[in-house]
Amino acid sequence: MGTDDAFTAVALPHLDAAFNLARWLTGSRADAEDVVQEAMLRALTYFPTYRGGSGRAWILQIVRNTAYGALKARRGERVAQYGGADEVAAIEDIPDPTDDPEKALIMSDNLARIDALIEALPLELRETLVLRELEELSYRDIAQVTSVPIGTVMSRLWRARRMLAQAAAKGDRQ
Amino acid sequence: MTKPSGTILEGDSRPEGSGTGTGTRNTGDCGKLLLLQAELDGELDAAQAAALADHRAGCPVCKRNEALLAATRRALQGATYHRAGPELVRALAGRISAGQAPPRQQAPPPRRVAVGWQGLAGFGAGAALAAAIILTLVPAGRPGLVAALVDDHVRALQPGHLLDVVSTNQHTVKPWFDGRIDFAPPVKDLTAMGFPLLGGRLDYIQGRTVAVLVYSRGKHLVELFLWPASRGAGEPASTARNGYNVLHWTANGMSISAVSDLDPAGMEEFVRDWQRAP
Repeated sequence: MGTDDAFTAVALPHLDAAFNLARWLTGSRADAEDVVQEAMLRALTYFPTYRGGSGRAWILQIVRNTAYGALKARRGERVAQYGGADEVAAIEDIPDPTDDPEKALIMSDNLARIDALIEALPLELRETLVLRELEELSYRDIAQVTSVPIGTVMSRLWRARRMLAQAAAKGDRQ
Repeated sequence: MTKPSGTILEGDSRPEGSGTGTGTRNTGDCGKLLLLQAELDGELDAAQAAALADHRAGCPVCKRNEALLAATRRALQGATYHRAGPELVRALAGRISAGQAPPRQQAPPPRRVAVGWQGLAGFGAGAALAAAIILTLVPAGRPGLVAALVDDHVRALQPGHLLDVVSTNQHTVKPWFDGRIDFAPPVKDLTAMGFPLLGGRLDYIQGRTVAVLVYSRGKHLVELFLWPASRGAGEPASTARNGYNVLHWTANGMSISAVSDLDPAGMEEFVRDWQRAP
């Protein structure tokens, strides 16, 4: 198998996953298309260093890093870095919503609305949630893609879900 | 960082101690919050889950958090999964064939992978990419047919091509084929097994009309291609191990191929369920 063909086999089945992640990170189809093209070219260049393992996590890691580069360059969006041990502990920094968040989420079955709620999450929470819920990646793969420890993946997931519930409850009050 | 094997909750990533004194600030954590979440995400092994179950049974905080996590999961099922469009595939093929890929003159490629990245510009569509994928993955057997099936599967994923008859009811889908083709494909309801039927369509593949049934599992689609068999029964043969998986078998005078991006285990489960269903 030549390099190109091996690359084709490893990378291309994950084109949709690559695009989905890029779209959720950048917020626009056009930006996501640029990011995916760039990422796939990078992946082709890096491919000789690919040592097996989850092809999807490998591709998504490159897509994610490319997207972060694009966000920095194009919008100056704040790109969070891994916050260290404090962040792992910070699972309680979101106060309890006063209303019933479960009820609010159950009622938010409007598709555009749940998309908007995800869009409103901070970048590092959004990417973790998208990788878990839409790509169905394991904690281990999410840790690889986002370059943080698994404990951080877990606390980010909780914060993302809790913020989502809180935002849903807030939206219902207005 | 990540560990190559073992359970995820080892050593310094173990979350129980992470509350460190903040647990009394509100009612959000009983010390097992992240373990509970991991359990609901399918990340705990049996021993860890059993240990958690003892605590969970009498913990009102866990009960509340479980409800919240279940509610977020349900809500997130409505979130949009953004798929790559054909224009992106075309642009990608163009850029890669425009000389940005590494040169490949070192060794002449084997003949069966003649449709590689370099050759894609002339094709310019998702179908060509799928053909490239499958030619790479399927070294032997019936590459022509498998390529055609995956080709068709990928083409069907483009907007508006998936279904001719849209129905989750087997008794609607089955009669739809009557009068359109000269064979009666079995249409089975696999909803109880977690593969709800989405509908069906007709396609023309390698010179014959083929009935296609479309099932779903989560975000994945499984397409079943059926046409009259020329030979007797045959055991399922898997023809790809990465990316698109194709499982082909013969039963009751039908040649049947399942095509999906589901993992091999999911594909085998689908085929088993299909074969067992009445």
